[in-house]
Amino acid sequence: MKLTVTVNGTDHTREVEPRLLLIHFLRDGLGLTGSHWGCDTSNCGACVVWLDETPVKSCTVLAAMADGHRVRTVEGLADGGRLDPVQEGFTQCHGLQCGFCTPGMMLTARWLLDHNPSPSEAEVREAISGQICRCTGYENIVRSVLWASRNGG
Amino acid sequence: MIGVREKYEGNGAYGPLTRKEDARFIRGRGTYVDDIKLPGMLHAAILRSPLAHARIVSVDASAARAHPRVEAVITGADLAERGLAWMPTLSADVQAVLATDKVRFQGQEIAFVVAHDSYAARDAIELIAVEYDPLPPVSDATTALDAAAPLVRDDVPGKLDNRVFDWTAGDKAATDEVFAGADVVVGCDMVYPRSHPAPLETCGIIADFDAVRGKLTLWSTSQAPHAHRTIYATLTGLPEHKIRIVSPDLGGGFGNKVPIYPGYLCAIVASMATGKPVKWMEDRSENLMSGSFARDYHMHGEIAASAAGKILGLRASVLADHGAFNATAQPTKFPAGFFHIFTGSYDLRAAFCEVTGVYTNKAPGGVAYSCSFRVTEAVYLVERLVDVLARRLGVDPAELRMRNLLRPEQFPYTCPTGWQYDSGDYPRALRLAMDMAGYAELRREQADRRARGDYMGIGLSFFTEGVGAGPRSHMDILGLAMADGADLRVHPTGKAVLAISVQTQGQGHETTFAQLVAGELGLSPDEVEVVHGDTDQTPFGLGTYGSRSTPVSGAAAVMAARKVRDRARIVAAAMLEVAPDDLEWAEGTWRVRGDPEKALGIGEIAMAAHSSIELPAGVEGHLDASAVYNPPNLTFPFGAYICVTDVDPDTGEVAVRRFVAVDDCGVRINPMIVEGQVHRGLADGIGMALMQAIVFDEAGNCLGGSFMDYLLPTAKECPSYELGATVTPSPHHPVGAKGVGESATVGSPPAVVNSVVDALAPLGVVHADMPLTPASVWRAIQGRPLRPDLAVE
Ligand code: FES
Ligand code: FES
Repeated sequence: MKLTVTVNGTDHTREVEPRLLLIHFLRDGLGLTGSHWGCDTSNCGACVVWLDETPVKSCTVLAAMADGHRVRTVEGLADGGRLDPVQEGFTQCHGLQCGFCTPGMMLTARWLLDHNPSPSEAEVREAISGQICRCTGYENIVRSVLWASRNGG
Repeated sequence: MIGVREKYEGNGAYGPLTRKEDARFIRGRGTYVDDIKLPGMLHAAILRSPLAHARIVSVDASAARAHPRVEAVITGADLAERGLAWMPTLSADVQAVLATDKVRFQGQEIAFVVAHDSYAARDAIELIAVEYDPLPPVSDATTALDAAAPLVRDDVPGKLDNRVFDWTAGDKAATDEVFAGADVVVGCDMVYPRSHPAPLETCGIIADFDAVRGKLTLWSTSQAPHAHRTIYATLTGLPEHKIRIVSPDLGGGFGNKVPIYPGYLCAIVASMATGKPVKWMEDRSENLMSGSFARDYHMHGEIAASAAGKILGLRASVLADHGAFNATAQPTKFPAGFFHIFTGSYDLRAAFCEVTGVYTNKAPGGVAYSCSFRVTEAVYLVERLVDVLARRLGVDPAELRMRNLLRPEQFPYTCPTGWQYDSGDYPRALRLAMDMAGYAELRREQADRRARGDYMGIGLSFFTEGVGAGPRSHMDILGLAMADGADLRVHPTGKAVLAISVQTQGQGHETTFAQLVAGELGLSPDEVEVVHGDTDQTPFGLGTYGSRSTPVSGAAAVMAARKVRDRARIVAAAMLEVAPDDLEWAEGTWRVRGDPEKALGIGEIAMAAHSSIELPAGVEGHLDASAVYNPPNLTFPFGAYICVTDVDPDTGEVAVRRFVAVDDCGVRINPMIVEGQVHRGLADGIGMALMQAIVFDEAGNCLGGSFMDYLLPTAKECPSYELGATVTPSPHHPVGAKGVGESATVGSPPAVVNSVVDALAPLGVVHADMPLTPASVWRAIQGRPLRPDLAVE
């Protein structure tokens, strides 16, 4: 089937199998390998991207479902050359180690701060609780998001 | 962070520098194996056994081969023709690459399908017909040595039972004598359940064989690329210099990426057969079900003490479940890893342990998961026993530990099983942890809450690790001694490139190692580029695991830098027209003694070293240097942890309220990175203590094969950690560092369990096995501890 998805502001039209998952469409079809895949069961959140205005687990969305919609990935987080405060926060607060969960965590954090510019620690933990990080014990991810909220949102 | 801060060494290059590697990761521009796409690349999938134990009657792959998108199917029979159906494990056992005779665990590899895309490869494995003749499985290690137990390893000539090894350490007679004379002896059975490191990125490989150049290039999720290259050379018959392994960015490892898995070898064979690059990436179920389990120790421990609470002796007997193939990664001499460091942090007279390894119909692996070669199990055993003893004696567990901890003046200390601890000030670390936690106040709060019927627990653990393996005279993996090399090149403008043998999986080597070299040469860390993970570009070494990067490879980097500095001194002397002995190294420069105005930095010296300046006879010019570091001993990091929990006695739910962790890993090169490593390990401890376990049913079905069943902690189960530090430098490491990667994973599980058991003390609970899920806590409250290695009671 043929579909058109607007990814980070650019339209992409492709012929795909109906069963193709959005994560594979992004990674293999468009070469946007910043979004990762980490489980078979929608548990880990390494694949989180935005579908229109909402974070979704792109391993659990068919590419076909994104037809005619907008997708935002980690590659679209920075505004031109300017890093998003969330990206700055993850660097300043050592919010990543291996970096595998990081794109998904940052996209969820971006959504949280858009809707709740000054979250409490508990609200940050709640927001990322559908995602797994095996490296940081979450401490510095939480600090990174709080840093971003204090430094430009 | 609170604690004893001693001045950072390294001429100001040490400290909490943000990481160089972050720039690419926050932009989504890391390069993990699965991100790499080569022209014409094929995709593979593996057919795995649904049964734990069965004879294979037939494998029919004809329908899969006929699939229009399939390029090749490899079965065990195909590999047998090439002599590759079996491969050696890291413990000198053998492991089936693709099963030919029997399947021995659920998830075992049977056939390898190579197709033009990954979806087609998955479709085609469904087309392979395998006929099985089911056999009764060994699904419980405690019955593996029964006379009637099915034989797992009938492939081994003459093998008549499921015993892998019997191993002992310590002095049995002396220990028995101490026990016979002791006032108090307490014991406990405990299981350290099977666990899995589960890095967020699973394992995988791209094999690319170039028949014209005769060169095999592997992009691989490998924590030990050099050791892997040697093993692949031995296995495939390809000359070692024609094999290049690139281990690019890794999405975590924690031990999971130390072994060589059957899929890797199949990808190599497939690339050689098809002439095309072949990618194989595990899915999550394959990752959890087929490789690199950890722990699985059934332990009985006993502790002997005087009535006054002086610990006198320890003994332990352990049944170790090694799965179907003995594939643990550990020094050859130590089949139970470093378990015999189980005397822990205490001053005692005698100790003895015996470990028996058995085969079962479960996935192979072992040791893996940030365990410092089984120190995890050892620390858990002794720290649980000390708490059981405290309960028996009616002494506060902190007080009992304080009374028995080794004292600073006893170091270097040789423990009863022979380890020589390098340095430590244990009481200082425990006192700091107690101060940070407000220990006395917590006990008062607990008493108040107990009076109100609440279940609040305070759990301690004190651990000593042995890391940085290891001295080459008695530590090796498959005969390869555990020494590591470093090459340091200094360019004419004084910028440096350090090539190291170890591979980061998130530990931040590109930053820490740059700081190490910068500290030795008076450079800024920005002026040092760290190259790693490519065997064509880096010197030989055994890789990153067992917290060995800083203790071993870090030491090699420093030694290479010191050689550079020595060469620079000769050049600087020529430049300043003085004798080398007239120069002193100060503030990152070589300067004339008594004339600090006459000073040269590495930048100026490097340019001169590459110029036509006249150098003394025998001095070659340039500043480049190499070193191989053979550690004289392990390093011994230690720490004191306090975990506060609240337990709901009606539901069995445990909430971790606070976690105080004081770590002493010697000199901290980048304290920010060190703290990050500790955070991870504390989450591991909460996970292992409360939720993580790979369990099996009686038929040998793995019940932990997905993240729905193998539960990992999220941000909600983890508290905000409270970290402290003391610094006791290692006397034998060139900058006094000890390594920290696994400390918290090793030290934290007993703190959590001790806390939960403490909470339940009013109910008479003395012990409960991990994982302390709500169901198992509730059972413990009912006086029915659950055997966590069995899914059914
Ligand atoms: S890949 Fe794990 S949730 Fe999508
Ligand atoms: S940084 Fe490695 S999984 Fe989060």
